Amino acid sequence: MRRRPTTRLIAVGALGALALTACTPGSGSDGTGSSAAPTGTVNTDPASLGQVTLTVWDQEVRGGQAAQIEELNKEFQAKYPNITLKRVSRSFDDLKTTLGLALSGNDAPDVFQANNGRPDMGKFVQAGQLLPLDRYADAYGWTDRYPESVRKYSSYSPDGKTFGTGNLYGLPQVGEVVGVYADKAVLAKAGLSEVPTDWAGFEASLQKVKDAGEQPLVLGNLDKWPAIHVFGTVQAQTTPADQIRTLGFGQSGGSWTTAENTKAAQTLVDWVDKGYFSKDVNGLGYDPAWQQFSKGTGAYLIAGTWLQADLGKAMGDDVTFVLPPKAQQAPVATGGTGIPWAVSSKTKNPDAAAAYIDFITNKDAMGVLAKTENLPVADTADQKAPSAIGQDVFTAFGTAVDDDSLVPYLDYATPTMSDTLGAALQDLLAKKATPEQFLETVQKDYGDFVAQNG
Amino acid sequence: MSDTATAAPSRARTPEGTRRRRRGGPPGEPRAVGWLYVLPALLVYAAFLLYPLLRAVQISLYDWNGNTLATWAGLDNYVEVVGDPALRASFGHALVLIAFYALLPLVVGLVLAAVLGRAKVRGLAFFRTVVFLPQVVAMVVIAVAWRRMYAPDGSINDLLSAIGLDALTRGWLGDYTAALPAVGLIGTWFEIGLVTVLLLAGMGKIPTELYEAARLDGAGAVREFFVVTLPALRGEIAVALTLTVIAALRTFDLVYVTTRGGPGTSTSVPSYEVYNRAFQQGRVGSAAAIAVVLTVIIFAISFGITRIAERDR
Repeated sequence: MRRRPTTRLIAVGALGALALTACTPGSGSDGTGSSAAPTGTVNTDPASLGQVTLTVWDQEVRGGQAAQIEELNKEFQAKYPNITLKRVSRSFDDLKTTLGLALSGNDAPDVFQANNGRPDMGKFVQAGQLLPLDRYADAYGWTDRYPESVRKYSSYSPDGKTFGTGNLYGLPQVGEVVGVYADKAVLAKAGLSEVPTDWAGFEASLQKVKDAGEQPLVLGNLDKWPAIHVFGTVQAQTTPADQIRTLGFGQSGGSWTTAENTKAAQTLVDWVDKGYFSKDVNGLGYDPAWQQFSKGTGAYLIAGTWLQADLGKAMGDDVTFVLPPKAQQAPVATGGTGIPWAVSSKTKNPDAAAAYIDFITNKDAMGVLAKTENLPVADTADQKAPSAIGQDVFTAFGTAVDDDSLVPYLDYATPTMSDTLGAALQDLLAKKATPEQFLETVQKDYGDFVAQNG
Repeated sequence: MSDTATAAPSRARTPEGTRRRRRGGPPGEPRAVGWLYVLPALLVYAAFLLYPLLRAVQISLYDWNGNTLATWAGLDNYVEVVGDPALRASFGHALVLIAFYALLPLVVGLVLAAVLGRAKVRGLAFFRTVVFLPQVVAMVVIAVAWRRMYAPDGSINDLLSAIGLDALTRGWLGDYTAALPAVGLIGTWFEIGLVTVLLLAGMGKIPTELYEAARLDGAGAVREFFVVTLPALRGEIAVALTLTVIAALRTFDLVYVTTRGGPGTSTSVPSYEVYNRAFQQGRVGSAAAIAVVLTVIIFAISFGITRIAERDR
C-alpha cells in the first residue's frame, strides 16, 4: 500500500522530466547547416570601434606559447585601449571539451581557438557557430600572406561537410611539420656525417646504424597516436601527395587499399622485422621516448616541430632537424598549422574580433613568435630563430610551404580516424595485423564516413 | 518493507477506515505532509540526478554530434552497443576488471583481515593505515606512477631482471596479453585497503563467545574462520563487493592515463568509450547509449549482490 504513492511519484516525476527534456537535443542552438556569409564593408580600424570588450578563449598556456600571447595581448591593449580583452586560458584538453557547449550557449566567447579537424571546427561550421572570415581575409590581405596550402587547414564548405576547401573559418599563428630529428653523435658512430637527403639513402643508413650497435629509430607508441606521424612520413614517400590529401581531408574518391599504401605499411613492418625500432614500441610512452632520444638513445626520431625547443635545450648542437628524405622529386611531409583562431557567429563585435586575429598574426606578431621559440606560420623565411635547431625548423617549414609539399594529418579524415588508425597501427607494429588487414580496417572507417558524408 | 507488508492488507480492504484513521491523527500527521519534508532533497535529487539520467536516455535515442540539431535514431545506438564486436569486447574487459577489482581484493582482504584481526600485533592502527593508504591517493596519480613502473625501463622490469627473470620483462602496457591484467592489478592494489579495513571493522563486532564456543568444540584457526568469521561478515562482504564492482565497471581514469584503450583495443572499457565518443569524436548519442547500458548493468549487479547477501539473514 505504501508502495503506491512511490510508484505514482516516480511515474509523475518521469513524465515531468520527459516533458522537460521533450525537445530534440541541439534544438536550442540556432541555425543548422550553412549560415550565409554576412556581406557589406568591414571596419579595419580598431581604434574607431568605440568601447568594446572581447572575450578570448585560448590554450596558449605552456612555455613559449604563453610568452608570445601575453606579449601580443599587452601590445594590443597598449595600441587599442578602447578594446578590453577578457582572456580565458585553458589547457588543450579543457578547451576541447568545453568549447562545444560554450558555442551552443548564449555567452559564447567572441574569439577562440578551435582545433582544425572535423570533430571540432567542422562540427561548429555545420552548426553555423563560426563566422566565415573571407571578407576580412580580403580586407587585411591574409590571402596574400598565407599560402593556400596553409589556409586549407581551416577551410570548410559552408555546410561543414567538405574539409580543405570553401570558406576560411580561422587563422593560425604557428606552423607544424613532421620531419626527422637526428642525433649527429650517434650518426657519427655509424660513420655517417649527415642525414641522407634521399629515401633510399635514409633506409640504408638505418641498417648502418643498426650494424654499429645503435638503435636506428626511436618511437614510443603507448599513447596510440605517435605512430600515425611515422606512418604518415613513410606514406608521403610511397603515395602521391594529392591522394594523401584526399584521404587526409576525408574527401570522397580516395582509397586506402592501394599498392602504394600497402608498400608504406609493409615498410613499417620491415622496419619492425629488422629491429630498427625498440622491442617494446607499443609499451613506451611518447614523452619517455623523446626524452630517451635527447639523452643519446637512437639515431633518428620522426616527430613534429613542437619538440624543437625541448630537444634543442637538452642536446645543443648534436641535434638537427630535416624534412623527411625525399623519394620523389619534391619533398612531401605531414604537417599543418597550430590551432587556428576563429570568431563566433554570435559575436556582437566581428570587426574587433577580426582586428584582434589580424594583430596576433601580422608580420610583427610573427617576429614575436620567432623570438619566443615558436614556429611562425607566415613569413617564416624572414625570421631569425633563437637557436640552431630553431633555424633548421624554420628552413624545413619554409621549404615545405614554398614547395606546397604539406600533406594533412591522417587523423583529420573522419571523427573516428584518430582512434581507428591509432589502434590499427599498434596492431600492425605488433604484427597482430598484416598490412592488408591494416589497410582494410582504415579503409572501412574512411569509406563508411565518405558514404555517409557524401 | 516487511513491517508495512503485514499492516497493508487490513487498510486496503476498508478504504473508509483508512481515511478515518488518517483524520484521527495520532500517531503522526496526515501522510501527505511527509512529502513536504522530503521535497527539498527530492528537488535537488531530481534536478541533478533524475533529470540528467532521463536526458541521457533521451539523447541515446538520437544521432547527435553535440552541436547541430539531432536526428532521431530510435534504437540504432543500442543495436550498435550489442552488434559492434569492439564495443562488446569493451564490456568484456570491464567484466575481467571485476575479477581484479573485486574478487582478488576480497580474497586477499579476507586473509589480511584474518591475520591482522587475530594477531595481537603492536601498532595495529599503524598497519591498518598503511593498508588503507592507496585509497587516499588520487587515481590519476596512481595511474601515472604505475605507468612508469610498467614502462620497458621501469622498476618492474628492473626487479624481474635482478632476480634473473629477464625472459619475463616486456613493455607491460603495450603487450596484448599482459596489458589488461596489468591495468587490473593496479585496481587490485588500490582496492585491497578498502576491503581489508571494511572486513576488519566487521570482525571487531563478532562476539568473542562465538570463537570460544567454536574452540571448545575443537575448531582450529581455519575452521574457526569458515564457521564463525565468514558468515558473520556477510554484510561487510556485500558492501565491499558492491563498492569494488561499481569501481571496476566505471573504470575510466586508469585506462585513460595508462593505455588509452590500447594496444589495439585490448584494454578499452565502456566508460572510456563514453568519454571518447562524447568529447573526442562528437558521437554523443552513441556515448549516451553506452552510458545507459552501463548504468543498467551496474544497477543489476549491485542489486544482485545485495539480494544474495540479505537472503536468509
